[in-house]
Amino acid sequence: MGLLDSVFKKNISAAPQKPADVAKPVETKKEVKPVADKITVGYTHLSGCTGCTVALADNYAGLLTLLDKYVDLKYMPTLADARHIQKVDVSFVEGSVCINDKLAVEEIKETREKSAVVVALGGCACYGNITRFCRGGQQNQPAQEAYLPIGDLIKVDVYIPGCAPSPQLIRNVAVAAYLLLKGSPEQKALATAYLKPLMMAADKGTSACFCDLMTNVINQGLCMGCGSCAAACPVRAITHEYGKPQGERDLCIKCGACYNQCPRSWFSFDVVSAYESINETIMAALQ
Amino acid sequence: MGAELGNYKSCVSARSTDKEILKHAQDGGIVSQLFGFALDEGIIDGAIVAANKEFAAKYPSKVMADNSNFDMIEPWRPIPAIVNTRAELIAAAGTKYNVSPNVSMIKEATRSFGLDKVGIVGTPCQMQAIRKLQLYPVGARDVGASIALAVGIFCMENFPYQSILQLVEDHAAMKMESVKKMEIGKGKFWVYGKRGQVVQLPLKVTHKYEQPGCKVCLDYVANLGDISTGSVGSPDGWSTVMVRSKIGDSVWAKAMAAGCFETQPIEKVKPGLELVSKLANEKISKNKATLEARATFGVGKALRNPYI
Ligand code: SF4
Ligand code: SF4
Ligand code: SF4
Repeated sequence: MGLLDSVFKKNISAAPQKPADVAKPVETKKEVKPVADKITVGYTHLSGCTGCTVALADNYAGLLTLLDKYVDLKYMPTLADARHIQKVDVSFVEGSVCINDKLAVEEIKETREKSAVVVALGGCACYGNITRFCRGGQQNQPAQEAYLPIGDLIKVDVYIPGCAPSPQLIRNVAVAAYLLLKGSPEQKALATAYLKPLMMAADKGTSACFCDLMTNVINQGLCMGCGSCAAACPVRAITHEYGKPQGERDLCIKCGACYNQCPRSWFSFDVVSAYESINETIMAALQ
Repeated sequence: MGAELGNYKSCVSARSTDKEILKHAQDGGIVSQLFGFALDEGIIDGAIVAANKEFAAKYPSKVMADNSNFDMIEPWRPIPAIVNTRAELIAAAGTKYNVSPNVSMIKEATRSFGLDKVGIVGTPCQMQAIRKLQLYPVGARDVGASIALAVGIFCMENFPYQSILQLVEDHAAMKMESVKKMEIGKGKFWVYGKRGQVVQLPLKVTHKYEQPGCKVCLDYVANLGDISTGSVGSPDGWSTVMVRSKIGDSVWAKAMAAGCFETQPIEKVKPGLELVSKLANEKISKNKATLEARATFGVGKALRNPYI
């Protein structure tokens, strides 16, 4: 804890400061980069519903602070007027890939080529989610029938699961990505520790279901009946009977929220025990 | 004494000064008094607790819809519920020695129940669950910042409902509905009947009925609660209280100033923190050994370790 605490204290003081000359009136109406050290971010939108975009925007003022201090948004179909995928530090990808759609396949490959870090944002990008149920036959592209989570086509570095993902998790990952790329060695270590479980989730695979709780938690003798899975499920497919999860699998949309929220899927004592200072630091960073 | 007790700012032996609460409390009435005070002061506007069938019958809108078939709910089976008043708090008081998935209500508390400042009481693993949910909210949009007071209770292990049924009706030969109170203490499992009878079972008898998921648990005194409390370390009728976070510190100071609690320095009471530490160490080393054994459980195959 000592290390984590000291890292976070440093982080508050090391929050990027605007250079003094920014306050001077500028000639051009075009945005000048107010902070030298922003990370560049792109947002690739594939077969998604824009709910992940909305979740990002639902950080309200926090999003503006992110854009102001830490993130230079290079490319994002809904929010930025840039037509093509650009070279960036971090790409967020929303939606799965229709492998019958040539453009979508090209875009996900190009995203990988042009990004240092690729983040799968939301249940569809991570696990397929509702697009797992696609099987084609609809007008006017009846042959668009096969959809894959992006991790089946490219290497993904970080998962942000959830349908919709929580705005706060997107925010935390964005701040951690900033520290990872621009921070001091201690901040990098801390950001890595924070991101590690989300990186491990990306390594683990591209499928999700209520059944994960059975195969990887209950069947493994790890479930202790806390109820987090039921709280996390967006479609109320999980109830508890005698303290153990009961899944209505025909309701389940395969988003992966339950398993990832479960404290017995992955749990880092180091990171979670420092919850107070981590939360405070993130809030301070977004002031 | 080291890491086994987690970080804490202060530790005392305490009991509620509210006679009505003490009458219904398991030990010193800490949880009921804290939540009662926090409700009165507007620190929380509701709390998630483990209620029961009678509570659900009386306050049907305070429990989750899917528990609505009350006929199916047996005596001593906990039902997570939201309480908004002192009367509801008291109606839900007392330890039920079987699993209550309290965290299942944490999101709903901020949705249909409309709470902005949620209190929650739970076992150490449930405190871990809510801290994970605050740092990594996967299916928990806007929930983390609404958690205003998390009270953790010491926990050596828990039981599935059917285990308690077996222990009470078979080993202790008592009907579940005739039980007034259950307690684990002084190395025994105690069952108190409504007609005054007392049965004690050696803890050895209870071991095979423990919830298997508890055997990998590395936390005894709810290290991640804002405030944690339990009977161990303090005399009968009193509780050991550990104040841990900034939130916990501020709530505890306000409650003390308001005269909610009588306290004694933990150093002055018997058996005190030494016993708490001893039990915590026993639990943690036993369960660490279980985790190690899981790594070589099969032939060249491990069982999964959730801790990274
Ligand atoms: S969240 Fe995990 S440990 Fe908790 S009840 Fe669900 S499966 Fe069990
Ligand atoms: S049970 Fe619910 S949370 Fe889990 S994968 Fe299915 S829809 Fe998602
Ligand atoms: S022993 Fe641990 S896992 Fe079991 S109920 Fe208690 S806190 Fe939870």
